[in-house]
Amino acid sequence: MLDTLLLFLQRTAPELVQGTKITLQLALIALSLGILFGLPAALARVYGGVIARRLAIGYIELFRGTPLLVQLFLVYYGLPDLGLTFSRLFAASITLGLNSGAYQAEYFRGAIQAVGSGQMVAARAVGMSRLQAICYIILPQALRLALPAWSNEAVSMIKYTAVVFLIAGQAKILAGRYFNPIEVYLSVALIYIFLVFVATQIMGGIERKMRTPGLEMEIERH
Amino acid sequence: MNDETIIRVEDLRKSYQESEIIKGISLTVREQEVVVIIGPSGTGKSTLLRCINLLTRPDSGRIWLKEQEITAPHTDEDKVRQHIGMVFQDFNLFNHLTALQNVTIGLTKVLRMDSREARDKGLWELERVGLVEKAASYPAQLSGGQKQRVAIARALAMDPDVMLFDEPTSALDPELIGEVLGVMQKLAREGMTMLVVTHEMGFAREVSDRIVFMENGYIVEEGPSRQMFYAPKFTRTREFLGKISELYGENRPGEMQ
Repeated sequence: MLDTLLLFLQRTAPELVQGTKITLQLALIALSLGILFGLPAALARVYGGVIARRLAIGYIELFRGTPLLVQLFLVYYGLPDLGLTFSRLFAASITLGLNSGAYQAEYFRGAIQAVGSGQMVAARAVGMSRLQAICYIILPQALRLALPAWSNEAVSMIKYTAVVFLIAGQAKILAGRYFNPIEVYLSVALIYIFLVFVATQIMGGIERKMRTPGLEMEIERH
Repeated sequence: MNDETIIRVEDLRKSYQESEIIKGISLTVREQEVVVIIGPSGTGKSTLLRCINLLTRPDSGRIWLKEQEITAPHTDEDKVRQHIGMVFQDFNLFNHLTALQNVTIGLTKVLRMDSREARDKGLWELERVGLVEKAASYPAQLSGGQKQRVAIARALAMDPDVMLFDEPTSALDPELIGEVLGVMQKLAREGMTMLVVTHEMGFAREVSDRIVFMENGYIVEEGPSRQMFYAPKFTRTREFLGKISELYGENRPGEMQ
C-alpha cells in the first residue's frame, strides 16, 4: 500500500511541483494586479467625483456580482470569439486580478473610511494638498487597518487558483491518466494547505511588524 | 501691541442647505492680539474658524490674511493654510505617527525641510509645550491633554502668522484642561496672534485682549475683555456670560508642568 503511494508520488511529483509553481505564480500576479486595480478603485469611491465614483462602483459590482468561474470561462472561451486571444496563464492572471481587485477595493474602502475624516481635515490644516494627505496620512493608516482583511484575500486567492486548474487542469489530467483521482486530489489539497499555512505565517509577520498603538482592527475571518 | 492686521473678515456668509449659519460677520485680528469668540453652541463659531483657513468655503464675503485676499479666485489654499495654525476640539493627531513625527511631517512634506533640521525644530516645539520626553510616544499612548499639546506643537512648527483654536479643551477631562490652557497662555505671552473659540471664561478674562460674543450667526457684541465681563452693553451678553461661567466654572490657565 505504502509502496503504491510512494510509486504514485514519484511518478506524479514533477507535475505536482509544476502545478504548485503555477499556483504561486498565479496567486502572486493576481494579488498584485488586485492592489493595482483595487486601491485606485477604493480611492475613487471615497474621494472621486461622480463619474469616477460610478465607474469604480460599476467595476466592483460587476466582478463581485458574478461567479469567478463564469468570469474565467468568458475570458477563456468568450473573448477569443471576439478575436482576442490570450495565453492561458495570462488570461487567468488578468481575470483573477480583476476579480481580486474588486474585493480588495472594498477592503481598502472600509479601511479608508475607518481612518476618519478628522485626519484629512487635520492634514489639510497643516498645508498638505489632498494628494499629500492621502499619501502621507490616510493610506499609511488605512493600509495597516486593511491588512487583516487583505491576508484573508491572499489566502482565498491561493485557493481560487484551483478554479483555474479546473479549466486548465493539471490535476484533472493527472487524475485521468493514473486512475487514482482520490490520491491526486488529496495531494493537491495537502499542497494547498501547506501554501495557505505559509502565506498566513507571512501575513501574520507583516501584521506584527506594522503594528502601531491605536491602529489595530479586529476583522472576522471567514 | 502691534497695529498690523493679520486677519480681516468682511461680511462673511455661509449656509448649509437651507439654514444660514453665518449671517454677515466682520472681524479683525491684529498682530499679537488674542481674540476669544464666545457664544452658544451652533452659532457658527467653528464654521467661522473653518472659513478663515479655507477648510470651508464661504458663500460670500472676503477674508484677508495680512495683505493677501485669500478668498480671491485662484488662491493657493494649501499655501494659505501653511500660514494659519489650527487646533481642533478632538485633537486629530495623526494616529500612525509618533508625537515627534506628528510635529515634523508638515515640515518635511509641506515645507520640504531636511529631516535633521525638522527633527531639531520638532523637538524644540515639543519642548515648548512641555512634552519633549513624549517624543517617541504614539497618540494612543498619550492623555487627552498631552494629545492637545502635541497638536499645538504641530501647528506651531509651521511658524504660522496666526493660530486658530476650535474649542481646544471641550473634549478634555476637567483635570487636563489646565495644562492646555497653560500652554495657550504661554503662547499669548510670547506674542502669538490667536483666535480662540472657547467656553473657558477664566482664560477669556485673564488672557484675551478682546472678546467677541456670537449668537445665531451674528456678532452681538465685541470689546476689550474687561469691558465685556464687567460692563457689557447688551443684556444678552451679560446673561450668556453669567450662565456660561456657572456651567463651566472658571478654570484658570494652569501652570506649565
